[in-house]
Amino acid sequence: MEGSALQFFVACVTAAGFGVGIAAFGCGIGQGLGLKGAVEGIARNPESSGKVTVTMLIGLAMIESLCIYALVVSLILIYAHPQAKAIAALFGAGH
Amino acid sequence: MEHPYLFFVKLFELIGLGHFASANVHVIYSWVVMILLIVFGAIAAKSIKMVPTKMQNVFEIIVSGMEEFMVSVSGEQGRFLFPIAATVFLYVAASNLMGLIPGFFPPTANLNTTASCALTVVILTHILGLKFHGIKYIKHFIGPVWWMVPLILPIEIIGHLARILSLSFRLFGNMMGHELVLGILFALAGLFFAPLPIMALGIFVALVQAFVFFLLSIMYFTGAVEHAH
Repeated sequence: MEGSALQFFVACVTAAGFGVGIAAFGCGIGQGLGLKGAVEGIARNPESSGKVTVTMLIGLAMIESLCIYALVVSLILIYAHPQAKAIAALFGAGH
Repeated sequence: MEHPYLFFVKLFELIGLGHFASANVHVIYSWVVMILLIVFGAIAAKSIKMVPTKMQNVFEIIVSGMEEFMVSVSGEQGRFLFPIAATVFLYVAASNLMGLIPGFFPPTANLNTTASCALTVVILTHILGLKFHGIKYIKHFIGPVWWMVPLILPIEIIGHLARILSLSFRLFGNMMGHELVLGILFALAGLFFAPLPIMALGIFVALVQAFVFFLLSIMYFTGAVEHAH
């Protein structure tokens, strides 16, 4: 019983680690593409650099929020786990 | 996660309300932000002259900058929404920036604060839509052709519910993540001033997140007030 519960917790923590890693991968590509468009726009028309920069920052914040949703899910898995009581009992009995 | 040393919690412990304070840290620091904003507002509005002094100039730049930006997004019809939008921006910005002071906790690093701000904005969106369009507000959810309604209506409703989630989680995740990184870096290498670059990034993130919340609120209000396509 305790063995499989511990395995479940190990699987949850591993999933949390991989989750944010994969989310950061996609977020990096997305923000890189957005940044590429912004820098190209400024290079073509340096006078519009103020507006382009503001739009780029807003876009980056929006894309970043997707990675942060994944971070929140990972934090839930590690810290606010729905089975928190069982896991705490597991560690309390084990140690 | 335990909270580090927090000034106002210690203050409340002196009075004797320590248990309430340490369980509801975000409420205590929300009060601190509210008092701060009220004091700044009172100072700003104390002596308004026709030819502005330096102090009045600073506040005028902030307020009129926000108002012009808001009108550029929402059009003249949205000018009456400026008080709520500016309040949201100033509250979120002040709460976020307060996290950078050692010994203070940003109230927006708790899901309750951000969910309350997001709920206020989204419920106000629907009230505005109903007030401006009456029952025809349902046309915003229908889409271009009538035979796609069974597909589009659930998607629109889920989209509106997702707005609450996305607004609250974006702000909460940013602030909570920042606090966690600061805590971990401080535990790892506090003596070498390791948290300092993260705090510099934190100023930027705090202002950008407040601005994104402000911009999204204005866009939701504008979408509800204007006519559906």
